[in-house]
Amino acid sequence: MSKIILETRGLTKHYGGVHALEDANFILHEGEHVAVVGDNGAGKSTFVRQVTAVEQRTSGDIIFDGQPVHFAGPLEARQAGIETVFQTLALADDLDVPSNLFLGRELFKFKLGPFSWLDRKTMRDRTLEALKTTAVKIPNVDNPIRNMSGGQRQCVSIARTAAFASKLVIMDEPTAALGVQETAQVENIIRGLKARGIPMILISHNLRQVFDLVDRIVVFRRGRIVASLKREETDGNDIVSYITGVKGGQETSFA
Amino acid sequence: MAEATHGTGGQKYDPAKRNRAPEWNVFGALVLIVLIFEILNRMQGGSFLFNMRDNVDAIFNQQRLDIMILQVAIIGIIALGVTQVIIIGGIDLSSGSVVGATAMIVMSFAQTAMVNGNPNPKAIFGDWAMDLPVIVPIVVGLACGLVAGLINGLLVAYTKIPPFIATLGVMVSARGVARWWSNGQPVSFPTETYGTLANGDLLGGMTFGLLSWPGQNPAVVFVLLAILFHVIMTYTLYGKHSYAIGSNEAAARMSGINTDRHKVLVYAIAGVLAAVAAVLLTSKNLTAQAGMGVMYELDAIAMAVIGGVSLSGGRGSIVGTVLGAAIFSVIISGFTSIKLDAYYQEMVKGAIIVGAVVLDQWRQRKRTRG
Repeated sequence: MSKIILETRGLTKHYGGVHALEDANFILHEGEHVAVVGDNGAGKSTFVRQVTAVEQRTSGDIIFDGQPVHFAGPLEARQAGIETVFQTLALADDLDVPSNLFLGRELFKFKLGPFSWLDRKTMRDRTLEALKTTAVKIPNVDNPIRNMSGGQRQCVSIARTAAFASKLVIMDEPTAALGVQETAQVENIIRGLKARGIPMILISHNLRQVFDLVDRIVVFRRGRIVASLKREETDGNDIVSYITGVKGGQETSFA
Repeated sequence: MAEATHGTGGQKYDPAKRNRAPEWNVFGALVLIVLIFEILNRMQGGSFLFNMRDNVDAIFNQQRLDIMILQVAIIGIIALGVTQVIIIGGIDLSSGSVVGATAMIVMSFAQTAMVNGNPNPKAIFGDWAMDLPVIVPIVVGLACGLVAGLINGLLVAYTKIPPFIATLGVMVSARGVARWWSNGQPVSFPTETYGTLANGDLLGGMTFGLLSWPGQNPAVVFVLLAILFHVIMTYTLYGKHSYAIGSNEAAARMSGINTDRHKVLVYAIAGVLAAVAAVLLTSKNLTAQAGMGVMYELDAIAMAVIGGVSLSGGRGSIVGTVLGAAIFSVIISGFTSIKLDAYYQEMVKGAIIVGAVVLDQWRQRKRTRG
């Protein structure tokens, strides 16, 4: 098996008395695309928030790229090479596409502290390049994204992630609010990542999408990982059984 | 079909597809308002812009233009800073009071020892502070503004209290400083050099085509600062991050922008700009009074808002504010020119400010719906 890019050991998160995540042992290999599925409140987003350091874990280890890591915040996680598309769009509506893509990592003609001169042309060119490699179509990148549809904005968000992705991409329900065509576009971007060998964790409620896109499916239920199944060795019914608790251990229903 | 939804995918720069800059709307409004006042003046047998006197050889009404430009320049300099604060989603209510406090302090370092052969009757300090080189009061003044701006910025960024409250506090306190400084007495009789800062001719007797402006240094400073900050807001990281923070602060922080530090910087710059206005104002009037700058903050905010700067942050520009300042000044001069009572002027001014915000929100709603 290829190198492990991300591993969590006994990852646990309690919110007061609520055990949102309990002893999660998770492994992601290089180039692998894994889906994280589960019912609402099963701990999927909590899991992602610990890995990306949006929240600090209660206990457990995260080993990223061979090193145990303790990111102080999402920024450090990003600098280490973990790019995330969050459920809530992290875009500045009044800025155009290149400004959003390069927000916080601008390119300069010359540096002068806060008054550094932006290299707008190079940023724009690279944006067009990034949109091309991710097959995102935006009518005019020079308009503020406020004027764009939800799908286009999500595509900008994902293009940003894909363009800068170095080691790991995490997407938290990237197509939840999108129409059919826009969903297809996002899925194409994900296939592009796969082709480029960039590992990904995809959180999704859409099983059709999951089976289309990923190599392995990890099922969360009530804060625990209850299954990790290769795509070829399972099917929709099987996954649903795990999600609802018909299969997978302690909480099998007797009804 | 995908093409229809996502556009042609053509990525060549196409100005036609780009939204028209909202500044053009403001410019249109400016032209329209000037035109209205010209017509109203003509109906009364006069002219708003043009010289109607036979004994004076000029095309324009020089006197009115002078007043308009002076009016706009000093508050306009404040508005440049206020614009940046509003763009990051804040507000600065303190600038008028900062002008007052800075005016009193600055003037105390700009006094001359002898007035018509007698010792300066308004002297604040001893002989050591008399007839100092002009750079001293300027530096002291800018430092005052910087301190006030830093207080605003630090309060907003690190105590997380709303900018409205933080700057309201500074507004009240700074006015207190202005009154306390010399127990409410005016500070007067600056050195000759200090007096020429605003009254002299930085550009000599420079003429712009048909127009000539003697004694318009504040206007020159205003224009230079406007160009400087237009460039900064458009082409530098400072501008980009200002718009980003005003647009979506959480996203800006997630992207690695030090939003707290940036806010402090923006408020500090606004404070310094208020101090520049204070220096020019005291130099122009050759005196400082504790009541100087009252309501300037609201006029400055009004200029920005009329110029299309959105109070919710993220949108607006220096160019818009300059145009807004021009509209503001035209309206005041216009009312005077048609001999409308000063009371009515204030009422209408208020209505125009509210109208500008309503228009902006209406435009915004229309855009999001479309």
